[in-house]
Amino acid sequence: MMKDKILEELGEAVRNFDEEGARRLAREAVEGGVDPVEALEEGLAKALREVGDRFGRGEAFITELIAAAQAMEAGAEVLNREIARRGASRKAVGRLLIGTVEGDIHSIGKNIVVTMLRAAGFEVIDLGVDVPTRVFVEKVRELKPDILGLSALMTTTMAKQREVIDALREAGLRADVKVILGGAPVTEEWVEEVGADACGLDAGSAVKVALRLMGEGRADA
Amino acid sequence: MPRVRFLPRDDVKAIHEASLEVLENTGVMVKNPGAVKLLEDAGCGVEDQVVHMPPSLVEECLKRAPSSITLHKRDGDDRLQVGGDSVIYNPGSAAIYFIDRETGEMRRALSRDLVQLVRLADALEYVHAQSTAMVPADVPDAISDLYRLYVILKNSTKPMVTGAFTKEGLIDMKRMLEAVVGGPEALAGAPRAIFDCCPSSPLMWSDVTCENLIDCARFGIPAEIIPAPQMGATSPVSVAGTLVQSNAEFLSGVVISQLVAPGAPVIYGGSPAGFDMRYCTARLGAIEAMIAACAAAEVGKHYGVPTHAYLGLSDSKAVDAQSGFESGLGIILAALARVNIVSGPGMLACENCQSLEKLVIDNEICGMAYRLLEGVSLDGAAMAADVIAKVGPGGHFLAEKHTRENLRKEQFIPSDVVCRMTPDAWRKSGSKDVLDRARERVDRLLEEHVPTPLPGDREKRLEQVFKDILARHGLPPPTVP
Repeated sequence: MMKDKILEELGEAVRNFDEEGARRLAREAVEGGVDPVEALEEGLAKALREVGDRFGRGEAFITELIAAAQAMEAGAEVLNREIARRGASRKAVGRLLIGTVEGDIHSIGKNIVVTMLRAAGFEVIDLGVDVPTRVFVEKVRELKPDILGLSALMTTTMAKQREVIDALREAGLRADVKVILGGAPVTEEWVEEVGADACGLDAGSAVKVALRLMGEGRADA
Repeated sequence: MPRVRFLPRDDVKAIHEASLEVLENTGVMVKNPGAVKLLEDAGCGVEDQVVHMPPSLVEECLKRAPSSITLHKRDGDDRLQVGGDSVIYNPGSAAIYFIDRETGEMRRALSRDLVQLVRLADALEYVHAQSTAMVPADVPDAISDLYRLYVILKNSTKPMVTGAFTKEGLIDMKRMLEAVVGGPEALAGAPRAIFDCCPSSPLMWSDVTCENLIDCARFGIPAEIIPAPQMGATSPVSVAGTLVQSNAEFLSGVVISQLVAPGAPVIYGGSPAGFDMRYCTARLGAIEAMIAACAAAEVGKHYGVPTHAYLGLSDSKAVDAQSGFESGLGIILAALARVNIVSGPGMLACENCQSLEKLVIDNEICGMAYRLLEGVSLDGAAMAADVIAKVGPGGHFLAEKHTRENLRKEQFIPSDVVCRMTPDAWRKSGSKDVLDRARERVDRLLEEHVPTPLPGDREKRLEQVFKDILARHGLPPPTVP
């Protein structure tokens, strides 16, 4: 009974964009012996998916979706610590490496996407901004992510997205990783032209696109 | 708050003085014997139906006109204040054509089109009043004015702007209104409808409109006195000359109405049109017509009476870029001039055609106009210094409570008639233009919106009154949707 109530309240905290509440309820869940993975999945993440669905239907604003994701993150931080303490693990949906391309220091869009993806259960490794092409290649080789996200806000730095993809190909790594492009100027034609897998690295569609690519990955395997 | 003004105070006074001279020296032709008698008794000189009004009488009558009118919704549960700085949009009235929803072609308007328009206007967020927007071709002429009222009363709770086509039409319409509000007493203190009474430019009152004006005054029905000159044809080609003449026409109506009943509610109306000397057409989308409409309302405001204008309509024959920019200009200017009743949304081909698609597009512009009037809020929360400090360089405001809490106050959020998608998303969803999107919204609203039915036995009473009227005209009850 207590578990159901706490799960419901965790969801409510996410729906109400209540970071403090999510953090407090997560602590109560831990103290009350609720399974932290369940609290994360059935309490926080489920509510965030609801807000995401409402956003998809045009019924919620992006500011609400992001605020809900931040509330989830606040609670998830507490729960993840408990999961680690118990030596358990939350099975990641997938591993995603992300960064803003060289010459571009815009981080806001990327950071929001990182929040959304983490909330959706991805393990996200954020390389930051102004990331040289060679670093992307090295990290793909080293960390073997399922997906690589390349962010570029300006039409002048978009060309770097092509450069990274070409470099992956030369390094023989292109087939090992799906590439998503993000940024205001990115279109589907551009995705096709430079040989990426998808675009939509924005707060609204990043999760949906990333999940789709994960599905494709499994189908290939 | 933002505002547009064309006339400094001295100019308004100059126009007023010039109008008084017109009324005294040139006079107004009044084709209604009762009104002529009334005017003569009040000290006007009369010669072959031309009435010369002394300035003192005009000034005195003007003082008696009330500054504001409370317009009630059908079921009496809510009201609109007409006057001061309030702005109320309603569809343009009495079109005889309609843009067919299937073919997109202009054809004669039918009763089923009127039912759809009324239901749509009932659903629209920024259209706060109805109008008897079309004259349906499939309804007998003898009852076509009151048939439109019948459709509105059955399908909408919003108050309305209407008008009668005959003398007895107004009386019948009054009976219908009484039936749905619970009797003459209930209606007398709480009007649901404004009646248009239009003098014929230049400087004439027809027998019928004059009688309508007299009856409005007798029964306390708000009368909207709407001069409709065509500049260069039925009024001077200059905006100022048109203002002098149409103001004289309005003032002559005020004199008649206030002589009948001191304190009778009147509205300073305006439908000044340009006249295109190449095509011999009246043009309400003309920029000088919009200037004249706004400036006329300024004269009305100087008099301290509620104002009206035809703005937000277009001379285009189709829902296109021209209909958008002409209507957009008119709707925005009307708001900036604080015209109290703005008739025009939905209208095309000057005042001749209605389009449901245009009405939903114009509705968005009306929403924008209301936002425009809010201007820039400078209160502490809006200045947001603390939020700027909290977010700091390189951060973002998307997750801030301040953003969520002030979003709807600061941003006008349009329906999806207005496209704001990315180019990719737009292409994927079918590359729909504004007309496609407007069609979809019309379909959706007509399907989803359920008008509030008349309460209790009032529908039965309305049907009875309507049946009596039809019987008197020897008409079988028409099939009414």
